[in-house]
Amino acid sequence: MSYQRPTIHHPELPKNDLGYVSRDYEGAISTLCAGCGHDSISAAVIQACWEMSIEPHRVAKLSGIGCSSKTPTYFLGKSHGFNSVHGRMPSIATGANLANRDLIYIGVSGDGDTASIGMGQFAHVVRRSLNMLYMVENNGCYGLTKGQDSATADIGSKSKKGVENLYSPIDLVSIAIQLGATFVGRSFSGDKQQLIPLIKAAVSHHGFAFIDVISPCVTFNNNVGSTKSYDYVREHVEATGTVDFVPMRKEITTQYEAGKTQEVTLHDGSTIHLHKAETGHDIHDRQAALNAIEDQKRKGSYLTGLLYMDPNAADLHEMISTTNKPLSQLTEAELCPGSKALENINNSLR
Amino acid sequence: MHKIKALNDFVIKFANINGTGSASANSMFAKAIFRMGIPVSPRNIFPSNIQGLPTWYEVRISEKGYLGRRGGIDVMVCMNPQSMAKDVAEVEAGGYFVYDSSKPLDIQYIRKDIHYIGIPFTQICLREYSDPRQRQLFKNIIYVGSLAALLDIEFKVLQDLVSEQFKGKEKLIAPNIHAMELGYRHAQENFECPLPVRLKRCDNVGNQILIDGNTAAGLGAIYGGATVAAWYPITPSTSVVDAFEKYTRRLRIDPGTGKKNYAIVQAEDELSAMGMVIGAMWNGARAFTATSGPGVSLMTEFLGLAYFAEIPVVLINVQRAGPSTGMPTRTQQADVLAAAYASHGDTKQVLLFPSNAKDCFDMTAQAFDLAERLQTPVILMTDLDLGMNDTLSPPFEWDDSRTYDRGKVLNAEQLDKIEKFGRYLDVDGDGICYRTYPGTHPSKGAFFTRGTSRDEYAVYTEDGAAYLRNVERLLKKWETAKDHVPAPELYAERNPGTADGVLFYGTSASSTLEALDILAGEGIELDAIRVRAFPFNQDVQKFIDAHQRVFVIEQNRDAQLRSLLLIENNADPQKLISLLHIDGTPIMARSIAAQLRKYFDSNVTPLRRSAKSAG
Repeated sequence: MSYQRPTIHHPELPKNDLGYVSRDYEGAISTLCAGCGHDSISAAVIQACWEMSIEPHRVAKLSGIGCSSKTPTYFLGKSHGFNSVHGRMPSIATGANLANRDLIYIGVSGDGDTASIGMGQFAHVVRRSLNMLYMVENNGCYGLTKGQDSATADIGSKSKKGVENLYSPIDLVSIAIQLGATFVGRSFSGDKQQLIPLIKAAVSHHGFAFIDVISPCVTFNNNVGSTKSYDYVREHVEATGTVDFVPMRKEITTQYEAGKTQEVTLHDGSTIHLHKAETGHDIHDRQAALNAIEDQKRKGSYLTGLLYMDPNAADLHEMISTTNKPLSQLTEAELCPGSKALENINNSLR
Repeated sequence: MHKIKALNDFVIKFANINGTGSASANSMFAKAIFRMGIPVSPRNIFPSNIQGLPTWYEVRISEKGYLGRRGGIDVMVCMNPQSMAKDVAEVEAGGYFVYDSSKPLDIQYIRKDIHYIGIPFTQICLREYSDPRQRQLFKNIIYVGSLAALLDIEFKVLQDLVSEQFKGKEKLIAPNIHAMELGYRHAQENFECPLPVRLKRCDNVGNQILIDGNTAAGLGAIYGGATVAAWYPITPSTSVVDAFEKYTRRLRIDPGTGKKNYAIVQAEDELSAMGMVIGAMWNGARAFTATSGPGVSLMTEFLGLAYFAEIPVVLINVQRAGPSTGMPTRTQQADVLAAAYASHGDTKQVLLFPSNAKDCFDMTAQAFDLAERLQTPVILMTDLDLGMNDTLSPPFEWDDSRTYDRGKVLNAEQLDKIEKFGRYLDVDGDGICYRTYPGTHPSKGAFFTRGTSRDEYAVYTEDGAAYLRNVERLLKKWETAKDHVPAPELYAERNPGTADGVLFYGTSASSTLEALDILAGEGIELDAIRVRAFPFNQDVQKFIDAHQRVFVIEQNRDAQLRSLLLIENNADPQKLISLLHIDGTPIMARSIAAQLRKYFDSNVTPLRRSAKSAG
């Protein structure tokens, strides 16, 4: 069941440039387990969209099936949402984007939804460079069916039943980079200060933006021996640096201690500042990103932060040269060639 | 020996080798007859193979305008030694067998009851051309030239067709015409031309056009306002999107920017194609996909979502012979049940049954209106026979005053006037609710689309009462649909008072109507109804009720439409008698007539009801 929040809120809540308070970006009350990392991700989306002063109704949020795919219900309640079938959110998002290129598309998926049944659609939505944010809430297990390993579970990671996983994990960030994603990041649901700017940068990115968010399952994959438990991930995170998003209207300063800074200009003119850590690599270099991910993987750590970005990405509409006006808004005069053109066609068939 | 004599009324079949370039020569042959004003219906009978295997092209020529497959071959043009035994056997007694006499014909192919016309096509080519490719390609043109002499095709018509075909490649025109002349001269010098089977210009084509059903459907999608086509290639549906692309490139370029007012995406599979259509239609664009049986199987999960979440979808299913991979290049009407109940749970999908190219155009355009009006998938049930073969069709028409029916969609102003929007509220009592497009209004009208159960406000619920209200409303919508889908076509008035009726649909139409004419000539008169959509309009039930027996003609093994009539219309099973044709070839008038005749040969009771019972 979805429980709706009361609409009243504290009158002193701060407002963004559009006059909205953060409550305007919330959704229904979550029915996920208390403490679920996915709820932290929803909160990060809410905060990011509020800070960016996005009009909530200009966002379309889409998902597949699973715990993660339930989360769009819990943020942006004034946006249209689409909870599709298992693993097939990318095709719905593609169709929706083709129909109306003017909206902001946020897709939420899980490791089961993306790395198993949806692997094919994931690969192809990356290839097509659909202008969207695709976020995987990755916990390495199936929560809704009580804890089976997913395809992102590490070899040797133990399930709640104590059974070791035998199979090689699918590393979604590496795959996304290899398939041609033009924005690839990874974060941890518990690291709001890294995740929020990363989401903001991804939403601003023109083209396909992918974020893999490690989000431990508090109920079925938070046991000793799991490599996606809270304790394990906290101990094995290696960050590329802190990411800060700076919209053109107003600069947001990071609360983090700054290290070395690299400025990256996004398509909409806004910039992201990368605060490199010791392990930092050139985020415009695909091979360097893959090497850095692999290096950390060898050490048993997750490399987080913005891992790769191509600032010159073209999206699907540019690739296939569709008109700037959303196809859904074309008028009958623009769509129907009329009887005269049909008569010419008839004549050509005689 | 008996010789078949026929003027403008015979069947000619070409036996070719797949991949040798015979297709364009054959279609030029058919088009020449069409341009002489003689109704013609050509059919490709081809293997699922790129090259090397036997392929046939069968042309029905019928001054009366019968376009269905008749059965029997009057003239066989045999260009493939591999299939010769079968090809010789198919010729009607007194018919003609045109073959390549460069080598002597083996004794096993000699029949005493048919006439042999040997033309040394290979030798002529060897003599005239040095390039092996030219030798192959021109052989086809040479036999067309020979047939022009043998059948009396106007040579000028062929010359014009060659000129049109090679427009832009002018240097190819003269060599092609020369090849045609080679064949023409050889036939004239060596045989009595024309044969007793021959052609003569008439005026029975009128202003009709020659077009295949898939192209017609692709054009229908353009006129219906489709902007998004997402598809995955599969025989025999591929040319639907090919045609859409060809004509949109001409007709839908934004004059200001040169950009496309449409998007075509070749998806990675049929699942994705259907997902894209759903996403696009959810978001306010008109979208469609085209596929065939195996693709429909893959799309069923999404079709169930679209049915339950009430999202318009247009799907063009060009049926082929199943099950499974079946016979990919052969025709059937065997997806009826799979499409009608596509997906799990209690699901019903709207089906349209086109019978000719004009139907493909009209019904595809109409499918978008229906899908948006009813907020549900609409599946056009065409097939390979109609989809991939050129067919005579009345010219397409479009009323410029016609506007698209976008269904119940609320805009921002309308939402402002509503206190609380409920996506699944049955405001009008017809089972159809109001929807909104994403991005319409800052605070009203947003809802969550899902395949899970929800209440009238689109809020997820597993409450049994809310579920029941929803699925029962969907049934009410189904009832509403009956008045929106195309009504059946009745042929009752042709035989008033007849006790028995024939029910048919889709591409069985032309052969069925011809069979009824054949039987009428023998004193067996039957009423007829052409079902054009599912759900069935009330007239279908009335027709069944009004007759003692109803023969249901179908091109599948399991009498699928009959099953649908029994399930949905509560028809009396004793009354509905199946006449089936399932070998993958288009159903033939002769076979329908023969099957029906059996019921009447042993039946001496009067075929007409009394005036009283006829009402």
